[in-house]
Amino acid sequence: MSIDDLSTAATSGSDTTVDAAPVDAPPVRRTRPRRTAGSLALQFLPPLILGAAIVGAWYYVSYGLLTPERRFLLRPPHEILQVGFLDWDHFSEILLALWSSTRVALIGLGISICIGFFLATIMSQTKIVERAVFPYMVMLQAIPILAIVPLIGFWWGYGTTSRIAVCVIISLFPIIVNTLFGLQSAERGMHDLFTLHHASRLTRLRKLMFPAAQPAIFAGLRISAGLSVIGAIVGDYFFGQGAVGIGQLLKRYSSRLEGEELLAAVIMSSALGVVVFLFFGWLQGVAIGKWHDSSGPND
Amino acid sequence: MTATDTTRTDSLAFNGIGMTFPDGTEAIREASFSVARGEFVTIVGPSGCGKSTLLKIASGLLEPTAGTVTVDRERLGYVFQDATLLPWRNVLGNVELLAELHGIDKTERRRLALEAIDMVGLTSFQGHYPRSLSGGMKMRASLARTLTLKPPVFLFDEPFGAVDEITREHLNDETQRLFQTEGFAGLFITHSIAEAVFMSTRVLVMSARPGRIVAEFDVPFDYPRHPELRFDPEFAALCGEVSKELRGSHQ
Repeated sequence: MSIDDLSTAATSGSDTTVDAAPVDAPPVRRTRPRRTAGSLALQFLPPLILGAAIVGAWYYVSYGLLTPERRFLLRPPHEILQVGFLDWDHFSEILLALWSSTRVALIGLGISICIGFFLATIMSQTKIVERAVFPYMVMLQAIPILAIVPLIGFWWGYGTTSRIAVCVIISLFPIIVNTLFGLQSAERGMHDLFTLHHASRLTRLRKLMFPAAQPAIFAGLRISAGLSVIGAIVGDYFFGQGAVGIGQLLKRYSSRLEGEELLAAVIMSSALGVVVFLFFGWLQGVAIGKWHDSSGPND
Repeated sequence: MTATDTTRTDSLAFNGIGMTFPDGTEAIREASFSVARGEFVTIVGPSGCGKSTLLKIASGLLEPTAGTVTVDRERLGYVFQDATLLPWRNVLGNVELLAELHGIDKTERRRLALEAIDMVGLTSFQGHYPRSLSGGMKMRASLARTLTLKPPVFLFDEPFGAVDEITREHLNDETQRLFQTEGFAGLFITHSIAEAVFMSTRVLVMSARPGRIVAEFDVPFDYPRHPELRFDPEFAALCGEVSKELRGSHQ
């Protein structure tokens, strides 16, 4: 075994052997506990039971509490399924709108990532810039999106550009804050090491600060990705020109009292958020899972 | 500051070093001593006496408020208290880092790294990431990283303070073996007297803050030093003397 190799190597330098205790053994590898049928049941049973209970309560409200003429307020689950998901006309409408909103969210997130990385990198290099920019970032974060909707429409019109702007405003802050925090997270000793060996600013950024920032960057990305989906839907709700997104669809369904489609659209929006969150969790696992502990979608 | 030859061909010389921090703490007062090639000097002293500060001054990480240091900083080996391995690089990648920073080309730095990893006995762990290494193995990797530079002067800042006693003894065995084969000038900081006496040609005792060199002991044992030396009465007697001096300086 490799441990034995090591202790032999450790003592081979001195002519006499020391006590044969396996010194310097690596720590026991943390392995995931084996998944038995029991642990699987323990993992999936509680949410399944709760889900069943929620569906049960839903039926009770639809049929037990609401009179037939008020049943439109909460249609029973199977009707949602039939009208919202199994009727291809309705479902394709929802999917199309979802795709339009996804595109807006991705473009918005992309812009946020570019601006966020750029600003955080500059802020990490110059304390003065950090001091100057940070208060405004906090202010930007504190703006209720509703309050600036008129302004955004005023500046960029009522189409895709404004929807993307909403996305960026909502998702920018976590990227900046997490990237900056990450860039500043390299230990003092490591910085000393780079200083001792005359590393340039760029080398330090590339080989020390940026790799050290990755876990925090991914944490920020996961938050911002979720927010950008919300931003796309909110933006679409207010700025409805051009392709119909999920926000417009929600508005349309609610004005027509189409409860089944409305709920189906809500469920699909939430599914989009989950997919985006899982995707970035997966990406994180691939990128830094080898060396960083708290990665992977299940942390 | 670059090397200017002194009479004894010192690799590293402190001349009247004083260090007072901006907050008024006087860390070091009038420290003068030198380390020649083929010497392994250890400074023992109580915690917080400014031992590590001396190394920071030697390496240029800190500027002293008095006195001068004479040393060639281009190829200075510095082993930190913590292993300071980059967690996103495996052992091989970490050991290659310094050669990389010094612009040595890829094949050469790979060769240097593999050689150094072999020297510290980590060959079968070269693909491991730091998180799966024990404290002692991290320290070995850190040593290997510094060895790739083949530094003529080696500074050790209490590197084995965080590992258990047995591992520490093994690391001590290996360090004195490396000292013998590589022939560097070593300056080692520790608060373990046994460690100091076991590895060194000379032991300096530093007083509590402000740190001054208050005593000096020559260690007469021949190299290579075997682990059994630790059970030798002469070894124990010398440790006792150092301990007594350290105790005295502490009061």
